[in-house]
Parts: sequence; C-alpha cells; structure tokens
Amino acid sequence: MALTSNRVDVPVIVDESKCLDKCKACIEVCPLDVLAKNPDTGKAYMKYDECWFCLPCEKECPVGAITVQIPFLLR
Amino acid sequence: MEIINLEVDFLVVGGGTAGCMAAVKAKQKSPDSSVLVLEKANIRRSGAIAMGMDGVNTAVIPGNSTPEQYVREITIANDGILDQSAVHKTGLLGFDVIQELEEWGVKFQKDNEGKYDLKQVHRVGKYVLPMPEGKDLKKILSRQVKRNKIKVINRVMATRVLTQNGRAIGITGLDVRSGEMYVIKSKAILLCTGACGRLGLPASGYLYGTYENPTNAGDGYSMAYQAGAKLSNIECFQINPLIKDYNGPACAYVASPFGAYTANASGNRFISCDYWSGQMMLEVWRELNSGQGPVHLKMYHLDESTISEIETILFDNERPSRERFHAGRGENYRRDGVEMNISEIGLCSGHSASGVQVDEFMRTSIPGLYAAGDMANVPHNYMIGAFVSGRVAAEHAMDYIKDIDHGDVDSDFVNTEKERLLAPLNNPNGIPHTQVEYKLRRFVNDYLQPPKSPKNMKIGLEKFIDYKNVIDELGARDPHELMRCMEIHFIRDCAEMAAKASLYRTESRWGLYHYRLDFPNRNDEEWMCNTIIKKSLDNNEMTIFKEDLKPYLFDVNLNEEKYDVSVA
Ligand SMILES: Cc1cc2nc3c(=O)[nH]c(=O)nc-3n(C[C@H](O)[C@H](O)[C@H](O)COP(=O)(O)OP(=O)(O)OC[C@H]3O[C@@H](n4cnc5c(N)ncnc54)[C@H](O)[C@@H]3O)c2cc1C
Ligand code: SF4
Ligand code: SF4
Repeated sequence: MALTSNRVDVPVIVDESKCLDKCKACIEVCPLDVLAKNPDTGKAYMKYDECWFCLPCEKECPVGAITVQIPFLLR
Repeated sequence: MEIINLEVDFLVVGGGTAGCMAAVKAKQKSPDSSVLVLEKANIRRSGAIAMGMDGVNTAVIPGNSTPEQYVREITIANDGILDQSAVHKTGLLGFDVIQELEEWGVKFQKDNEGKYDLKQVHRVGKYVLPMPEGKDLKKILSRQVKRNKIKVINRVMATRVLTQNGRAIGITGLDVRSGEMYVIKSKAILLCTGACGRLGLPASGYLYGTYENPTNAGDGYSMAYQAGAKLSNIECFQINPLIKDYNGPACAYVASPFGAYTANASGNRFISCDYWSGQMMLEVWRELNSGQGPVHLKMYHLDESTISEIETILFDNERPSRERFHAGRGENYRRDGVEMNISEIGLCSGHSASGVQVDEFMRTSIPGLYAAGDMANVPHNYMIGAFVSGRVAAEHAMDYIKDIDHGDVDSDFVNTEKERLLAPLNNPNGIPHTQVEYKLRRFVNDYLQPPKSPKNMKIGLEKFIDYKNVIDELGARDPHELMRCMEIHFIRDCAEMAAKASLYRTESRWGLYHYRLDFPNRNDEEWMCNTIIKKSLDNNEMTIFKEDLKPYLFDVNLNEEKYDVSVA
C-alpha cells in the first residue's frame, strides 16, 4: 500500500512561548484525544486533525497558550 | 498486546451524562459495592455536555406540567410509537434530578419570585428550563463522582460485551493510549455511550464536524447488537435543523422565548412550533425544496439588549465556538439570520427515537445488561432523560446483583477479540481510518439520507455488508489510530441496521426521519408497532421483526391529535 503525508491546516494552535513543559491539562481533557506533547520541545501540539471545536483544551489551559480555530472546511 | 483483568460489581460504560449519574446513584444505594466507570475520553469533559448545556428540554416541574401531560405530548410527537412507562419515568423523576443537580451547584433559571422560569417550546406544554449559567455542568458531575469515591478509568474504550448463556458478564476494552486490552468482569453492566453521531457525513466533509460529540460513534448500539440484545425502530433517524456548516444547534429553544423564530428566505414563519420533531424537519425540507430557502433563525427584528442577552447565553455554553464561527464569516445577529441546513443522519433517542430496546427499568433484553441515555430507546429523552435513565438503571442493577455471582469469561471469545484488535496494528500500511470512514459515511448519505427510496436503500444495505471486506484492509500505526479503526466497526454496524430497518417499515412515519417516497403515508393498521433488530444466535445474521407496543398508561387518540406544525 502506498501512503503519502498530505499537508493539512489544523484547527488548534499552541503558542509555544507560553506552553508549560510540566503541564498536560489540555491533553487530559480533550474528548477526542488529539493533543500531545512534542517529545523534542516539551510543548503541546495537535497530533491528529480530529477536532470537535468544543474548547475544553482552551478553557483549561492555565496560561492561555491555546487557540482553537474553526476547522478550515467549516470556517 | 498486554491483557489487564479486572473484576467489579457494577460497571458503567461511558462516563457522560447518564453514566456519571448512574455511578453516583449506584454507590449511594450500595456503598460497599465496587462501581467502575469506564470512559473512552476523560469524564471531566466528555460527551454531549462537555461544555455544559444551555437548557433542560424535558423538565416536568409541578405547577407547570404533569408527568401524564408530558407522556401525552411525547406520544403525539413520536407518532404513537413508544413505551409510555419508560417515558413516564422521565416525567416522574426529572424534578427530583433537577433539585439534586441544584444542590450540587448547577444553576437553573428562576423568575423574580424564585420559581423555575419555564418556557414553551413544545407544541402544547412548558418543558424547557433555561440554564444560562450551565457551562460547568460536566465539571460539577465529575466532582460528584470523585466525592463518592467511585473508581474511574479514563481513556479506555469498551469494544465488546462478554456473555455467558445469554447473560452479560463483562466487557472487553482497549486503552487508547497504551494499546493494552482490558477484560473486565462485572455482575451487571450499564451501557451509556451516547448517540451514533458519526453515521452520515456532514456536508462540510469534515469527519468530526458533527452535531453530536464525535467520540460517540454508535459504540453502544453496536456492542449491544453484537451481544444479542434487541434494538428498536432504528429507521427513526436523528436529523436536526442546524447552523449550516457549523452543524451546531441554531438554538431556537434559547432564542424563541425572546421572540426569535425560524423563517424562510422571505423572513416569514413557516412552522408553528420550534420543537425538534420529524414533522418539523419535514416542513424544513419542504420549504427548502419549494424555492423558499435558505431557512434561517431570525433575530434581526429584536432590539439590541435582547440580542446581546441571547448572545451571552449562546456564546458561553454548550457550543461556545459558534461565536468565532460567525465572526470569521463577518456575520452578526443584528443584521444577519443564522443560515440553517438539514443535518446528516444519526441515531439518538435523546432527540429522536431509536436505540437499544429497554423497559422502564432500563433493562435490555439481555439479563445483566442495562442501557441509558441517548442510546436507550426512550423517545425524545434529552439531558434530563439521560440523568433519569442512568439513575433508574443503576438503582435497579444494585438489586439485581445482590444474588448473583460473577460469570466465567470464555477465553476463545477474548482471543478472537484480541485478534480483531490486533488486525489493524499488524497492517500499519493498510488504508488509513480517515479514508475508510469517509467513504462509508458518504455511502450513508448517498443511500440513506431521507427522503428514502427503496432501491437506494437496497444498494446501501449491500454496500454496508460488503464494507466488512474494506474494514479488513484498515491499517493503524498507534493505539489512537486503532481506536478510530474500531469505531468504524461500530459505524458500519449502525449503517447496516439503519438500512435494514428503513427497508422493513413499508410506510412513512416521524416526518422526515422515516419519509419513504414509495410509501408516503402513515399506515397505523400495519405499523403501529416496534420494529426489532436482533442478531440471530444460530447464524449471526441480522434479523428484523415486528413487536407489539406495550399497552399505554394513558389513552391518546392519535387520529384526532395529529402533530402538525405547518403554518397554513
Ligand atoms: C450540541 C448538543 C446540544 C444539546 N442541547 C441540549 C439542550 O439544550 N437540552 C437538553 O435537554 N438536551 C440537549 N442535548 C441532548 C443531551 O445533551 C443528551 O441527550 C445527553 O447529554 C446524552 O447523555 P448520554 O449520557 O447518553 O451521552 P453523553 O453525555 O454524550 O455520554 C456518553 C459518554 O460515553 C463515552 N463513550 C463513548 N463510547 C465509549 C466506549 N466505547 N467506551 C467507553 N466510553 C465511551 C463518551 O466519551 C461520553 O463520555 C444536546 C446534545 C448536543 C450534542
Ligand atoms: S477543541 Fe475540543 S476536540 Fe478540539 S482539541 Fe480542543 S478539546 Fe480537543
Ligand atoms: S494546557 Fe496550555 S500550558 Fe498546559 S500543555 Fe496545554 S498548551 Fe501547554
């Protein structure tokens, strides 16, 4: 099976200058489990483009590092 | 794949609205029993009410309405097909639930005299109770689960119900982060995994741009079916009038008590009642097909302070991202109507009336297996119905388990399930779940979206059955992708049931939900009954048959009392 990785515009943006290395709040609350820490940087990022634009991640972030955009196809 | 074995007295599968309430009630009734909540996400923010709710849709409050009036209203709205005793429970216990939630810190709207401020949205009675400050509902519930010292396992998805001699004795599950398998024995099991929200494909093409929380993929519908439980009236789809593209409620329930209404392109009313029913959906469909679209929620005729009050509620609760959706499009309620569209199909008894067949104690047809919330067929049950059914199931189950021992797990069954879970992981370069799911759900749109045509549904049914072969080609590279792959099994089961049931009921009923072009009329003589789907134990084939309705508690004359919401 031939696989390719396509570029996609993902809805969740993390401000890496604000994101706390020791925190995992957004990752823990996301109902779709689509956020993760980048092992290289220790910062949160959207690992899977499967978002309900529901906002718990944004609401629970202690430092306001997360912005959820409406996914491009709906925007 | 490691296997983790556990044993509990009562297992709640799905820690959402119904599940959190069920766990608390079980523990309160029987403090010495072990109660476990198994949750695919994290109960703090999971399910339909992850971001709260802006109102109670089915509140029967003394002085405003009675349980009997409520049962009559739902009987008529659902064209007579229901078990009144189960719906009656929602009417009888809803007030109690509301008071208890209030003690826990949930706020409901009161008038100047401190009385519950109910609004009329239904055709006859007042059952809508606003919760403008409802945004923390799920946090409050999960706090109660913690306070009652109930064990919770987050990020484990149940995959199958274990049975022994026709009795439910446990479940299998998948840790969606570590990839470990769970085998959990329990004396009684409550399935409350919500709706099948990922059945049709949203018009936007985004797989997760659904009305329902997309975590709810029909897991419980499928697990109950595979275990041999009865499901009823699956042809009665969930279809909602939603904000176009955004796919969330435009929310006439919130806005109409303030004077907003659903209007056609000319800005005129075309429905007399904003309550979501199949009949209302049919009127929307007709309007759109008469050149009078788009349909929109009209607020631009209201004054500034009213509009900002509506905005405060809608932008803070339930689906708060709608504010940025409108902002991105430069839309403003002072000037623009909220453009609406007819949603893709789903299955949900919270809004409509299809699901796992239950009695008034939320027992399924399998001993030891209960169902509650959106997946249990108690018509139009909404949030309070989910709380009530969770509580009723838990309280009944705690009596049931008293004289029962744990069953014996069939190791062959567990091994087969392990193989099923391993298949996509063993094929990491197989077809990605996104593509396999997209095509399946596009077929659902192509062949099942009402109005329904017989030949289309037949082609659909064949395609869904054949799709088992496509599912065999799925590939997963990590436990998260594996979760999505296993959800496609659930969605496929639901699609097959939806096609099978829609073909079987050769009449039209529930407005657009089951509008057949070849049988456009309701036929009470032949079809005032449930249609039941069940897996045959002999050959594992899907069977379907009629079953009589339970006798009504309250007589309703359905020939005189028609649910007509068109504006003449
Ligand atoms: C956008 C929206 C707006 C609504 N507005 C209103 C309203 O204003 N008023 C009203 O009364 N009702 C409203 N409803 C309906 C109401 O919210 C639902 O009827 C009710 O919350 C359903 O409760 P539930 O417990 O069945 O499902 P949920 O609360 O969704 O819980 C299901 C749980 O099961 C978990 N789960 C799913 N699959 C698995 C699995 N395989 N294993 C383990 N866990 C699993 C999920 O993560 C979730 O936590 C609305 C619903 C939606 C979606
Ligand atoms: S908006 Fe919701 S689904 Fe999207 S990343 Fe945040 S919590 Fe997850
Ligand atoms: S919640 Fe905020 S600070 Fe914490 S990991 Fe997520 S982005 Fe970083």
